[in-house]
Amino acid sequence: MITVKNLSKQFGHLKVLNGINVEINKGDVVCVIGPSGSGKSTFLRCLNLLEKPTGGQIIFEGDDLTSKKVNLNLHRQKMGMVFQQFNLFPHMSVLDNLTCAPIMLKKVPKEQAETKAMELLERVGLADRANAYPKQLSGGQKQRVAIVRALCMEPDVMLFDEPTSALDPEMVGEVLDVMKQLAKEGMTMVVVTHEMGFAREVANRVLFLDEGVIMEEGSPEGIFSHPTSPRLQSFLSKVL
Amino acid sequence: MNAWFDKLYETFIESGLYDLLFEGVYTTLLITLGALLIGVVIGSLIAVVKYFGEDVPALKPICWLCDLYVTVIRGIPVVVLLLIFFFIVLKSSSGIVVGIVTFGINSGAYMAELIRSGLNAVDAGQMEAGRSLGMSKIQAMGKIIFPQAVRYILPAIFNEMIALLKETSVAGYVAVVDFTRACNLVRNNTYDVVNPLMACALFYLILVVLLTQLLNLLERRLANK
Repeated sequence: MITVKNLSKQFGHLKVLNGINVEINKGDVVCVIGPSGSGKSTFLRCLNLLEKPTGGQIIFEGDDLTSKKVNLNLHRQKMGMVFQQFNLFPHMSVLDNLTCAPIMLKKVPKEQAETKAMELLERVGLADRANAYPKQLSGGQKQRVAIVRALCMEPDVMLFDEPTSALDPEMVGEVLDVMKQLAKEGMTMVVVTHEMGFAREVANRVLFLDEGVIMEEGSPEGIFSHPTSPRLQSFLSKVL
Repeated sequence: MNAWFDKLYETFIESGLYDLLFEGVYTTLLITLGALLIGVVIGSLIAVVKYFGEDVPALKPICWLCDLYVTVIRGIPVVVLLLIFFFIVLKSSSGIVVGIVTFGINSGAYMAELIRSGLNAVDAGQMEAGRSLGMSKIQAMGKIIFPQAVRYILPAIFNEMIALLKETSVAGYVAVVDFTRACNLVRNNTYDVVNPLMACALFYLILVVLLTQLLNLLERRLANK
């Protein structure tokens, strides 16, 4: 579904990504772990071109997103993204947050968009907050709404950028539960996370990023139980 | 007290000069509103161009022109600008047109900066969220950034409006009978110095108070949302 070829990204003189090659298949749940500053978030943000790669290719469903001829906006509709800071639209109610993009971009009739949004809200247990504004929600609720906002566009893949890092510890669980549910339903997901438990339980593949390259890659079992590179061994010894 | 009322009657009514005052009110409001419209349009355009210009190389030359415009206009006193437009740029136009255009262009330079700072005050994550859903930059600007920026911009816009209203009092320089000029004419014709000037001051004061009330109202409505 997504093929990343020799991806590199430089901010000024700082090389953040140094030639990354990954293949993400339909139904994959790929967790990206690594120390801060390793380029995890930059890697994820390059996948939907929120960060413009300085080299390499991102091939999504057959189209090279780094080519100038591609209509990026159409492709982004198929790649949902969830941010660390939620980035809900504070001037809109929860329901409007969810329906504004489908109505504006996919020309879905308002009623249909709202029915769909309510259905998804129901599933994350927030149907009663449809008319609330984001500032009235807790962090965990905000992030669940943000996930639903991305789902309302019916994406083919979901990108998660440290979705639980800005949450109070007691709210992490409710967000991870939604993500687990999503994975179970077969959604293709790329998750940058510090939640090793989640990666171990839900991912079918784990990438360990350090210094802008994929140091190690494998099944959760392989990565967490039999790490080979010394860098991963030392990283895991600190976080597990 | 009675003597004062007699004096007022004599100055404004008996002299038949109240017509002049009505014309002045009309002209001042017309120039202010016309200039405001031009100012907001110019200011918004420049602000949006500069907002996007930061990461679109093709917009760089236009950004440079915008900077030049803001620098030049802000650097010239508005009276001088008014005279330049009246005697050189728009030679054959009426004073009112010159007034609207000049004050509009002048105001646009200030509006540009304050609208831009309002747009920049909206968290960068908002634009990213919009783009990640598939919105174009323009769509995200219209649906997400601008509605949030309005709250930051509104008080500054009203400040600029108040400044603009008061600046139009120099429109008399180009043969326009705005309210200040009308009061001056009344003063000249009746030799009553005090009342026309007080009326003039009161007029602007009342309008500014009304504008301030309007701002409070708007801010409250935005806050409730």
